[in-house]
Amino acid sequence: MSCVQTISDYALRSIGMGERLLPRSDFTLCQQFTLIGSGLIWNLYFAFLALLVGFFLANGLAVAKTSPSRWLRKPADWFIFLFRGSPLFIQFFLAYEALVMLPRAGIEVLGITIETSWLTRAWAGALIVLILNTTAYSAQIFHGALMSVPKGDIEAADAYGLTGWHRFRRVVWPTMMRLAWPSYTNEAIFLFHATTLVFFSGFPAFQQKGDSLYYASYFADKTFNPFVAYPIVAGYFIICTLILIGLFGIANRRLNRHLPGAAKRLKYRPQIVR
Amino acid sequence: MTVPLMISQCADPASLQGLSWLMCYLTTGKHMLFYASFGVVLLLLAVTAPIALLFGFGGAMASRSRLLPVRWFGKLYTSMVRGVPDIIFFLFVPIALDQALEWTRHQMLCDTDAPVRQGNDFVVCAAAKLPLSTSPEWVHQTYGFILAVIAFSIVFGAFAANVLYGAMQAVPRAQLETAEAYGMSQRQVNRRILIPQMWSYAIPGLSNLWMILIKATPLLFLLGIEDIVYWARELGGAKTSAFAYPHPDWRLYYFLGILVFYLAMTWGSEKILARLTRRLSAGQATMGGEALRKGAA
Repeated sequence: MSCVQTISDYALRSIGMGERLLPRSDFTLCQQFTLIGSGLIWNLYFAFLALLVGFFLANGLAVAKTSPSRWLRKPADWFIFLFRGSPLFIQFFLAYEALVMLPRAGIEVLGITIETSWLTRAWAGALIVLILNTTAYSAQIFHGALMSVPKGDIEAADAYGLTGWHRFRRVVWPTMMRLAWPSYTNEAIFLFHATTLVFFSGFPAFQQKGDSLYYASYFADKTFNPFVAYPIVAGYFIICTLILIGLFGIANRRLNRHLPGAAKRLKYRPQIVR
Repeated sequence: MTVPLMISQCADPASLQGLSWLMCYLTTGKHMLFYASFGVVLLLLAVTAPIALLFGFGGAMASRSRLLPVRWFGKLYTSMVRGVPDIIFFLFVPIALDQALEWTRHQMLCDTDAPVRQGNDFVVCAAAKLPLSTSPEWVHQTYGFILAVIAFSIVFGAFAANVLYGAMQAVPRAQLETAEAYGMSQRQVNRRILIPQMWSYAIPGLSNLWMILIKATPLLFLLGIEDIVYWARELGGAKTSAFAYPHPDWRLYYFLGILVFYLAMTWGSEKILARLTRRLSAGQATMGGEALRKGAA
């Protein structure tokens, strides 16, 4: 079987398209590269949607954390403590067990039956956990940045007569983003790497549709050889991480474009967050 | 394993009700193993943290070395965790290490010419197996645990190397130059100035790392260790009336218990680390040190 044939069979296997049966013996390098790459679709799906939704939620949560009202501040504090203080692995398990407990037939609300079974599937359930998790971590970063917005900026905004939403949108928020961006890049990378946990925790891989690490461990188990499959998946992740750093670097340069020489390079230091 | 806390009234669980049923249920032999597995987590933390710190120290020193190959090795080691998810290392290192050890033993102990890799199989002779198939269960468990500790130490050593390298770079040049002006050799500067001074810069990063390490411990489950996640799934699963203590699926409650354990661990650590940071920044030429000095005056 040629490599082109293998690619057309397995390139979309992780989302259920193409050949149904996974290779069982005589594993070729091409098969391993193709299937592990196919699983990468899931990692990118989880990372992209979780970061997108989490970004907006985190902004709201960071502002809620600075609110003078106890009723807004305390829930925000507790949410952040809960998701930052416990392992993501346990959060996945807990969410899965809780979602499985929902009535299988669906919940009746005002005569309409709301389906619940899709929540126990990884594409929805694990995504929700990842969104909540990254929201908590990002909110902590954004809150820290919000606290270090220079006093002079606020005074300048006041002098221009900017108040309320206008002041936040045009002065506070851009500065907050600029200050938070290096740490937020770290968080994005951590979250991207955390997507490999999905199919190793509570959420089962339905019809062997898993992420890249799922296929890598499939090959490592079948061939008793960890020295091929794991380096392949590691290589894929290094490439994706470099692309991610590049994209966040572009955003960083845009955020700092009014400050000459401030945003030469985005430094990625993995120990700062989490 | 025997049941250490067998109350006589628990002899017939079917006749029990309410609180006394629960008391007996929570003190069964398997539950004792569950409680003991929290010790496994603490043991992993206690063993891994110092080893990882040592690896990190080695990695950071290697990255600063004057010899090019050593520096390359240090840079490679410190940067490997940046691009690759830690869980890949956790899955890879134990198998790779196990196979490397068995392969070496095979070359030394077996007198066959058969290759170790035969197609999709990894075959070594009985004498080269690790641990030997005749050894008792606890040896297998311990061997698995040691492999897990090594995997954790390598990964967190790389993280720690990042932190310590940054901290060493952060020590003000002037302090090191002053030491050189006093005629200290490079080794003396390292030992007397650089290493004592770097801790105050390293502590925020190391605190973070400790938190990450705590939150990585449930991954032991993936390595086949009988840890808290293993027992929570084992005990929480629905038990039919064939069991002494039948109950429906209670895994949710067991995982809630584990969640509380981790929240307590991270909360407590945060408090302790905050005090440690305070102590280490006393007298330092940093903002933290300045704030402490002003507070005392």
